[in-house]
Formats: sequence, structure tokens, C-alpha cells
Amino acid sequence: MTPAMLETPTEPPPRWKIHRLLRVWQETAIREFLRFCAILTVLTTVGIVLVLGAETLRFFQITRISPFAFLTGQVLDPEGDPPLFGILPLIWGTVVIAVGSSLFALPIGLLSAIYLSEYAPRRVRSFLKPTLELLAGVPTIVYGYLALLMVTPALRALLTPWGIRVETFNALSACIVVGVMIVPMVSSLSEDVLSAVPRGLREAAYGLGATKFEVSTRIVLPAGLSGVAAAFILAISRAIGETMAVVLAAGSRPQITLNPLTSIETMTTYIVAVAGGEAAFGSAEYLSLFAVGMALFLMTLVLNILSRFVLRHFREVYQ
Amino acid sequence: MTQGTMYRSRVRRRRLTGRIFGVACFLATLTGVVFLTVLLGSVVTSALSRPPDHPRYDLVGNGKELTTYLISLAGRFQRSQVAKAGFRAGIAGSLWLLGLVTTFAIPVGVGAAVYLEEFAAPGRLRTIIDTNIANLAGVPSIVYGLLGLAVFVRAFGVKTLAMGPTLWAGGLTLSLLVLPIVVIATREALRAVPKSLRHAALGLGATRWQVVRDHVLPSALPGILTGTILALSRAVGETAPLLMVGAAGSTLRVPKGPSSGYTALPVEIYNYAKEPDPAFAAVAAGGILILLALLLTMNAAAILIRNRYARHARS
Repeated sequence: MTPAMLETPTEPPPRWKIHRLLRVWQETAIREFLRFCAILTVLTTVGIVLVLGAETLRFFQITRISPFAFLTGQVLDPEGDPPLFGILPLIWGTVVIAVGSSLFALPIGLLSAIYLSEYAPRRVRSFLKPTLELLAGVPTIVYGYLALLMVTPALRALLTPWGIRVETFNALSACIVVGVMIVPMVSSLSEDVLSAVPRGLREAAYGLGATKFEVSTRIVLPAGLSGVAAAFILAISRAIGETMAVVLAAGSRPQITLNPLTSIETMTTYIVAVAGGEAAFGSAEYLSLFAVGMALFLMTLVLNILSRFVLRHFREVYQ
Repeated sequence: MTQGTMYRSRVRRRRLTGRIFGVACFLATLTGVVFLTVLLGSVVTSALSRPPDHPRYDLVGNGKELTTYLISLAGRFQRSQVAKAGFRAGIAGSLWLLGLVTTFAIPVGVGAAVYLEEFAAPGRLRTIIDTNIANLAGVPSIVYGLLGLAVFVRAFGVKTLAMGPTLWAGGLTLSLLVLPIVVIATREALRAVPKSLRHAALGLGATRWQVVRDHVLPSALPGILTGTILALSRAVGETAPLLMVGAAGSTLRVPKGPSSGYTALPVEIYNYAKEPDPAFAAVAAGGILILLALLLTMNAAAILIRNRYARHARS
């Protein structure tokens, strides 16, 4: 090394300066672009809230219905004269689907989560988990097809000999299919939580002589309860927002009934039915889409927030 | 002695309960698998029991005949007669939508994820965006349809801005729908890149963007690709929002460009499934098989790409 090489230049040559300046500029530009992308996701929410909010307001202005009468009115007849907008039948239909599918999906989902996390040998697990994921990836229209053309005929074949009338469109087959659709969601979310329960807890229980059943139901399940509850809430929210399966299977007769073998209408089916019809832009019927959409959005939003609240505040923390 | 027998009988009962419970859990898990099998089986048989006025092949379960049938379905437009019904317009529409979603949702989604993981300091903006994305992922797809209807199709009644029921409107709506999924998947992939990689590059004087471009993105690429392809397959299977933004009409043509009207494969399946004539059920089943084949191809591509890149990253 010659002494000349050790000498550092007192001032960088001008080319470096330009280079550096360009690089700083480029860095800022890219940073701002990426920030814009992130903000765009927030704008989607703002857009949803603004669109639904503004059109809902206009709906209430045009029809002069109070929001209370809208939510509790028992007759829905948007094409009548005068048109009647009481969405209680829609809320009822939505609740029927959500409760009906949960009755069936939540226990099955939970049991399969327990099986996957506690009982399944590794090889069985490595086969079952991807299968469940595959089931979750099947498009909802396929479930709708299945409800209408497989489940309903099966119900008919089963119940008609007993003198029970099953309508072509009925709530029960929609409930069954929506239930099957949300099982993978319940089981994979719950399984994540149950597997995360520390081994030490299980081993302590086994050491005290507990059987596998007792460990699963009295140790692991209580420890993961908040996560399981959060998964249940999310699944119910998914059932409420489900559209295609219900459109094809449950039909579109807005009525408040406890008979699961007749047609009902949910909030989502109403939206599809009106959008597919001839409602003029700006008419009360067109605007009612957004009012119903707002109710649907708020219902699912509350459930989603509740789910995260449950997860965060009731979590058992183990070191 | 009596105590011993009591204990033994109780233990036996406890173990029995456990075994019954285990079997119940196993059966519950199996329902999913059974349902999937029944589903595929019934769709295939229904597709094979094709319409009566269709040239009939008697070999149920013959894969070659089925493939021929599906290819002929994929090539036809008309839907007034069962024998001429097909999915050509829907397949073309779905491929267009796939292209549009890829060009909009992936750059924006990956960009947002990179910003959140690599640039944003933990603070108010990041908390807001975090909560927001978590909430967006839970919004029912039909609500996105309403958003697309009001903003893209009608532009709040402003005629000059309104896109009408075109591919643009459909593509943008689906892009918004899958955006949170892309962001969540990309963030997970970015988080899996070890911190030491970033520290080493930063220590050598690289800027943040250089670190991301040259080191973080390449090593997160397999994860990002897998996640985004899964998001895209969600977009391809989505029906409800498209019904809101214009795909409901029975367009019989292949779209000429992004500003023409369209229909999509799942929408056509929906139209055929709700036909009162039961002969259309076979056509709908054929459409479902085409849709599932498309989704399967995409997922297989995701797995292949992941494996290939994973090998590259190691060597």
C-alpha cells in the first residue's frame, strides 16, 4: 500500500454527489409510492362506509321511513304500491341461516379441531389438513349447486314418504351446505389455537393420571377457549355474509317462519335479487340495496370486532 | 379391596368415554373428507349424465369421454338450447378478470405489505392500517359488489366517469376484494425473512429500498407467489360481487377488450343451475368441473413455483 492510497479525498467528486442525490430522491419516491399503496387499503374501507352511508341516507330521505321502522317492519314489498320496506323478514332469514348452519358446523368443527390437535397421528394429520383447506377453497357457487341439485332432492326423498312437504327452495338445505362450508374455517382456526397450548400443561395432567379425553376437554379446551370462541364468531359472521349457496338453495320469499322446509330470504339474497332486477338508478328500490347492505356490513363488522376482542382480552397467556 | 375394584371400574369407564370421544372426533373430521368426495363424485356423475338431446356416451366414469364433453362445453356460447349450451364467453371473461386483478391487486397489495413490514415505523398510521386490513378481510363479498356498483359502474350517477357493466368495473371490484388477502399473505412471507439478512445489507450501506429489492423480496418471493396465487383463485371463484357489477346479463360474446361487457364462468354456472329445466343441471356440473380444473391448475402452479424457487434460494 502506498501512502497515496491511504489519503482520503477531502471532498467527494461531484459525480458522487449527484448519485447520492438521485438515490435519496429515488428512495423517497418509492417510499411514498408504497405508502400510497398501504393507504389505498384504508381508502377501500372509507369507500365502503361512504358509499353505503350516503346511499342509505338518501334511501331514508326518499322513502321517509325511520331506520327503526325499516329494521322492524314485517312486510317487504319493494315493488308494491306503495312500496313497503320492512327488513325484519330478511334479518330473520339471515339469523335462521346463521344459527342453523352453526348448530351443525360449530360442534363438528370443534371436534375435528380436537381430533387434529390431540388425537391424529402425524401421517393422518398431514393428509387431513390439506383436505380441509381444499374444502375451504371450493368456490361458494359450487356449494350452491350442490344444495339445490343434491341436498334438496335428498331431503325430499327422505322426508316425502313421511308426508312432509319439502319446497324446492328451503332453508334447511341452505343451512346444511353453509354449515359444511364453514366447518374448515372453524376447525383450522381452532386447531391453531389448541396446538399452541403448551405441552407442559398436557404432560402435567397425564402425570396426574388423566385420560386423553380429560386432557382434551378439561385442560386443552379451556386453555384455548378464547381462540375457539373467536373462531366460532368469525364463522357465524361468514355464514351471515354468505351469498351464492343461499341464493340458489333458500330462494327469495321474505317471510318470518320457523319451518325450515320453506323458502326464506336473507339480506344477501335480497341484494342479489334486486340487483338482478330492473330497479332504476336512484329509485327507492335501488337505494334499498345499500340500506340492506349497510345493515349486513354492520352486522359482520360487529362480529369481526367482537371476535378480535374476545381473542385479545380473554386469552390465557402461558410462558 | 372394594376400593380397588371401584377404582378399576371407574378407570375403565373413563377410558371408554375417551375412546368414544376420540371416535366421535375422528368421524367429525371425516365428514369434511366425505363431503368433498360426495361433492366431486356427484358433480362428475351429473356431468356425465348429460342432456338427453346430446350425443350420449354410456361409459360412466370414462375420463376420455368426459374430457371431450368438457372441451365441447368450453367451446360453445348459446344457452337457449341445452345441447348447444356452453361456457366460452364465461371462460374468456374469467381469464380477462384474472388478468385485470393480477395487474391491479398484486402490485398494490405487495406494495402495501412492503410498506407496512419494511418502511412504516410502528405508530398510529400502522395501527390504523393493521386494524383496517383485518376488518376488510371479514367484509362479505357482496358488500364489495355494492361498492363496485356505486363507484365503478355508476360513479354516483356521473355519466362521464361511470364505467358501466364492463370488465374494468368487474376487475377493479375483484381487485379490492382480494387486496386484503394479498396484503396478509405477503406480510407473512416478508416476516419469515430473517432479520439478520436485512441487518447485513443495511450494515454494508444499502438503502432501505435496496435491501428490499435485492434481498428481502427475492427471498420472500416463493411465499408471496403462493399467497397471491391463492388470492387470485379466490377471485376466479367469486360470483356474488360480479352479479352486482354487470356480469349478470346473458352476454354471449367473448369480450373484445376491458371496456366491453362480460360474463364470468361462475356466473354462467349460476345461470345454468337456476334454470328450471333439470337438463341444464348437467351443463352446470360440466361448468363446475371446468372451474375446478382451472383452480386446480392455478394451485398446482403455486406449488410448483414455490418448490422451484425454494430450491433456488437454497443453492
